[in-house]
Amino acid sequence: MRPPAFLQSALERDVRPVKVVTFKIDDKDVTAREDETILTVARQNGIFIPTLCHLEGLSERGACRLCLVEIKNVPRLAPACVTLPRQDMEVITTSERVQDYRKKILELILTERNHVCSVCVSNGHCDLQQLTVDLGLTHVHYDYLYPHHTIDATHERFSIDHNRCVLCLRCVRVCDEIEGAHTWDIMSRGILSKVITDLNQPWGTSETCTGCGKCVHVCPTAALTEKGKSVAEMTKRRQFLPYLQMMRKEERQ
Amino acid sequence: MSETITIKPVTRVEGHGKITITIDNNGNVEDAKFHVTQFRGFEKLCEGRPFYEMPSLVERICGICPISHSIASAKACDAILGVRIPHVAVKLRRLLNCGEFIQSHALSFFHLSAPDLLMGFDSDPARRNIFGLIESHPSIAMDGVKLRKIGQEIILSFAGKRIHPAWVVPGGVNQPLSEQSRQKIVDMIPEAYEIVERTLSWFKSSIEKHREEIRTFSNFPTMFMGLVDEHGNLEHLEGKLRFIDSKGAILNDNIEPFRYHDFIGESVESWSYLKSPYYLPLGYPDGIYRAGPAARLNVCNGCGTPKADQEWAEFISLERGPVMSSFYNHYARLIEILYSIELLENLLNDSDILDKHVRAFAQPNHFEGVGVVEAPRGTLIHHYKVDREGLITWANMIVATGNNNLAMNRGVLQVARRFINGTQITESARNRIEGVIRAFDPCLSCSTHAINGKSGLSIELVTMDGNTLDEV
Repeated sequence: MRPPAFLQSALERDVRPVKVVTFKIDDKDVTAREDETILTVARQNGIFIPTLCHLEGLSERGACRLCLVEIKNVPRLAPACVTLPRQDMEVITTSERVQDYRKKILELILTERNHVCSVCVSNGHCDLQQLTVDLGLTHVHYDYLYPHHTIDATHERFSIDHNRCVLCLRCVRVCDEIEGAHTWDIMSRGILSKVITDLNQPWGTSETCTGCGKCVHVCPTAALTEKGKSVAEMTKRRQFLPYLQMMRKEERQ
Repeated sequence: MSETITIKPVTRVEGHGKITITIDNNGNVEDAKFHVTQFRGFEKLCEGRPFYEMPSLVERICGICPISHSIASAKACDAILGVRIPHVAVKLRRLLNCGEFIQSHALSFFHLSAPDLLMGFDSDPARRNIFGLIESHPSIAMDGVKLRKIGQEIILSFAGKRIHPAWVVPGGVNQPLSEQSRQKIVDMIPEAYEIVERTLSWFKSSIEKHREEIRTFSNFPTMFMGLVDEHGNLEHLEGKLRFIDSKGAILNDNIEPFRYHDFIGESVESWSYLKSPYYLPLGYPDGIYRAGPAARLNVCNGCGTPKADQEWAEFISLERGPVMSSFYNHYARLIEILYSIELLENLLNDSDILDKHVRAFAQPNHFEGVGVVEAPRGTLIHHYKVDREGLITWANMIVATGNNNLAMNRGVLQVARRFINGTQITESARNRIEGVIRAFDPCLSCSTHAINGKSGLSIELVTMDGNTLDEV
């Protein structure tokens, strides 16, 4: 028989205690548990690192690369959301190189699908739009690809517009990890990647979808929306995520 | 024999267009064409989008009358939902529309046309614009700026944004009116009355000066079309279509908006991106009709508000039958501004105007919807078809300016015949040709779906075999 959760974690700590490391972010001395990511520590210390695919309460994916940071004496940039700190590491979040890369990534995201803020239901409430403001992106230097994407509006209450999808996979994670339905998944590779429901069938015909709407509310853009919302009316409510997790943790204990 | 003359400054029309005038071997004007030279393709690019995005999507057709597009679109969407929208929402849409009529008509009258009217069609073109007007007639220019501001402030107070607001939605509007906004608009009304009454009085006293323009600016018999309410009065948003003939007799009345296709045909010419709608029973191009401010005053039995009714009676007595010269559109615009202010005042004092129930919700219940409104420039028709999921499969729009396409062409021909002599486009001829176009206040960006940032109108004089004689 397994010991209860609180006892188990206490036992584990005794056997393999979590170490504490000290390191630097932007010349600021910070302390962290060794199993906390650079992003978590930065946020705890009020240091801004932009993110898109990251969402508090979901597993990390490292998909969008917007949280890239520079680590002294390491040639490659590292995504802060999936990189753990080491003792005496020196992390730089604001170098010109880092900022330049972030902007380029954002530009590539914008050119890959059809993002038109002015006529978008999420105008003014969009994580992608907010990032362009936060990063001061004024121009896109790459050619727009204008791919042909359709809208799947077969679900009774929700619709997915692939034109607005940034492939952050928050929907896939929330459906799998929180709702436990795993309706969403991803097909194809690279630029042809696309989120799908069940076995790539119309959302309205999905047998696993519970219609809970979690995917809609974690979606950073207007890829997933409630039907019937007019332009600029689609606001996302994500408070449920930390509450759900907190309640479940309490229950387990 | 070809010569190119470039003329600056740009002309005062909204958008981009071109005119060619053909001269026969004896040097007489043979034909004239008004080309709309840019393509935008909104009807096509809407396909595949959810219908509830449409009011905001089609607003982007134009920055001057986005409100008209959004309301016509929302009405088509209401039909797709199959709902009767809350009656306060109808009033609020109507109020918003009043703001738009005030600002759009003020723009056309003061900023675009007043320089011609006050400084004369033959005055120096470098000064014949709103800036010249500020120098020569500062108080009138100020009136124009103020009146337009009032219109824009009204739109802002209702919809939260002056241009391209997302307030009008399928099923109604998305926010009720606040007492604070209501009071703000009420406070602006006295000044608006003063300006429009002052303007009407100087305009009426100066009409005599423009006898030649009145005689030639599309002054020929055509039919007229416009919306009227159940009493036959002037109507901008609800109501049904009415056609009258050139004598003023009613041809068709009470046409439900969704039946527009039984009465309006759409023809396309290879030389223009603007389609030419025509009255279907008479065929193309005999079914020429006009829409817009003067047409609306011609088709209705009155305005239904006391001050505007008085002006309407004076207007309609200008001629025995319908008022034919499109020059009088300027006059009609002022009367419509007055009507809009009166309507605004009435509706804002309604006891239920602050009611919070302003939106009906539904799934798409019908696969087709038509919305018709009167835009400042004429009747505006939006027609959509959707699939079972509510995605647009087909869209058709007849924009206000399009209704007048045939009449504008004939008008240009009429003016060209009167003012063009020989192989040169004289300054005086050019001013009148632009003037007749301006009287219709065409919105080329709407109608043409023009995208080109360079605004203006070019005129070309060509021989029958295609040689360019002159170009300005």
